[in-house]
Amino acid sequence: MTTQALFGQLLIGLINGAFYALLSLGLAVIFGLLNIINFAHGALYMMGAFVAYFLLQWAGLGYWWALLVAPIVVALVGTVLERTMLRWLYHLDHLYGLLLTFGIALVIEGLFRNEFGSSGLPYSIPDALRGSYNLGFMFLPTYRAWVVVFSLVVCLTTWYVIERTRLGAYLRAATENPTLVQAFGINVPRMITLTYGFGVGLAALAGVLAAPIYQVNPLMGANMIIVVFAVVVIGGMGSIMGSIVTGFALGIVEGLTKVFYPEASSTVIFVIMALVLFVRPAGLFGRTA
Amino acid sequence: MATATDTLATPVAALPAATTVPAHQRLAFAAMVALLVVAPFLVYPVFLMKALCFALFACAFNLLIGYVGLLSFGHAAFLGSAGYASAHAAKVWGFPPEAAILFGTLVAAMLGVGIGALTIRSRGIYFANITLAFAQMIFFFAVQAKFTGGEDGIQGVPRGMLLGVVDLRRPYVMYFVVLAIFLLGFLIVYRTIHSPFGQVLKAVRENEPRAISLGYRAEHYKLIAFVLSATLSGLAGATKALVFQLASLTDVHWTMSGEVVLMTLLGGLGTVFGPVVGAFIMIGLENYLATLGAWVTIVQGAIFVVCVLVFRRGVVGELGRLIRKPL
Repeated sequence: MTTQALFGQLLIGLINGAFYALLSLGLAVIFGLLNIINFAHGALYMMGAFVAYFLLQWAGLGYWWALLVAPIVVALVGTVLERTMLRWLYHLDHLYGLLLTFGIALVIEGLFRNEFGSSGLPYSIPDALRGSYNLGFMFLPTYRAWVVVFSLVVCLTTWYVIERTRLGAYLRAATENPTLVQAFGINVPRMITLTYGFGVGLAALAGVLAAPIYQVNPLMGANMIIVVFAVVVIGGMGSIMGSIVTGFALGIVEGLTKVFYPEASSTVIFVIMALVLFVRPAGLFGRTA
Repeated sequence: MATATDTLATPVAALPAATTVPAHQRLAFAAMVALLVVAPFLVYPVFLMKALCFALFACAFNLLIGYVGLLSFGHAAFLGSAGYASAHAAKVWGFPPEAAILFGTLVAAMLGVGIGALTIRSRGIYFANITLAFAQMIFFFAVQAKFTGGEDGIQGVPRGMLLGVVDLRRPYVMYFVVLAIFLLGFLIVYRTIHSPFGQVLKAVRENEPRAISLGYRAEHYKLIAFVLSATLSGLAGATKALVFQLASLTDVHWTMSGEVVLMTLLGGLGTVFGPVVGAFIMIGLENYLATLGAWVTIVQGAIFVVCVLVFRRGVVGELGRLIRKPL
């Protein structure tokens, strides 16, 4: 085992962890207020990557524009979905929300697969982020460093906004007791719509970040989302900081497993999930329901 | 969940507690059996066998969601692993078909005990999420394990001679064996939900704290129902492997778990005949759309969306409302 390989896998793990964290953070924000597990999250992550691809192909807008525009476009799609469909299910069992978003995910993924097949479309790294740093013991590609740092910043900013600002306080209050918050004159239905939009916007942002690493592929979300669900269960559903910490940590654990016991690398997260459930049924950071 | 005004199965009126079978259900059952006996002479038997396996799978799934109120999003694990187990037993160990099916079913049952013990304490969305993750674990195991044949699956599984005398290679013989297995599973589910045990399950679904306060150990009841559901799903999977002489990754993939949810939802959650109707509609649709590739997924997704938004009772649930009797 060379240290080169060890740090190489550690870095890949950290990158995956960044995506896990961004995606599970979005799921946590949505779950907190809407009480639904957004099965369409993976499809919207994929859509984010595709919007980046379209921007480049059709409008000639590069990576930096995509980083700004793709989350907004996908967030708009999300608000439309929330307004036209999800809204009608709030008075029902929350499982219907899961089933609805599952159906939406199938439709979106089917449409993209129909149009673009199952093979990936290339998306190149922006010029400013090419090259790599020589750290002495390994080469660190600039783009990968950027992904880790940028997603960490986004995650922590989201945490700060939700836990430390007035807007976040409204959000947390509405999570606890929507009726009472509405009675104070805050437009809770609009807040729900915007929250859903924000959550899926985060997924789209992760999609743009992933595009140069994994290529743009209609199935990229379907492969990712199940692992992210396990991450969410481990972290404790609805916990903001929990999803960030477990996202990064599990990415690293997965990377390390690839080095020491590659056969288990795709199952290790699920094994950890089983163990965590055994000890703490509500997840590491979750409150017992 | 207990406080929700509309739990997953309440759109359909609760079944009567009487242990005798009501006349209209007897009639519906007789009609179903008659149709299924005549069908292979009119329709391609392999298609019917596929639909019957899925109908049994959906009935097993419905036992859990319709009568315990637990949405498992990982039932493919039981269908698929039983398929692998029976295919391996029949092909590599040379088990006769009845032993191979029994072995596959047993494997699913044990898996049901293991997964059930870990998941049954959670409920609602948590339960769905956790069962999904466990099923995915089984999927990755199936991808990597040697005996499953990875992407190729286990091919060319011999159907063999049932009890040493009945030649299952003949399609009509195989069909009636599959029909017998399906009816056995269907009646087990029917008996279960109409037994005192089934009444307790419904009580737990409606109000778990109250059931516990009445002295019922809710978790035990739920676990037994979960294991029963897993076992019958396994029976469906083991049979399916012999019918198609194939066990493959498709049956353990999470899309399969989604498919059984869709069949049950479309037919009618918590109805006796709904899962059967839903399975036949979906398998028929897939057959019809097979040439269209990715469109199958889109149509499935669209049906999901429509069912959840405006058609929550499902086909049989709506029929039952029309005749004002639960079907």
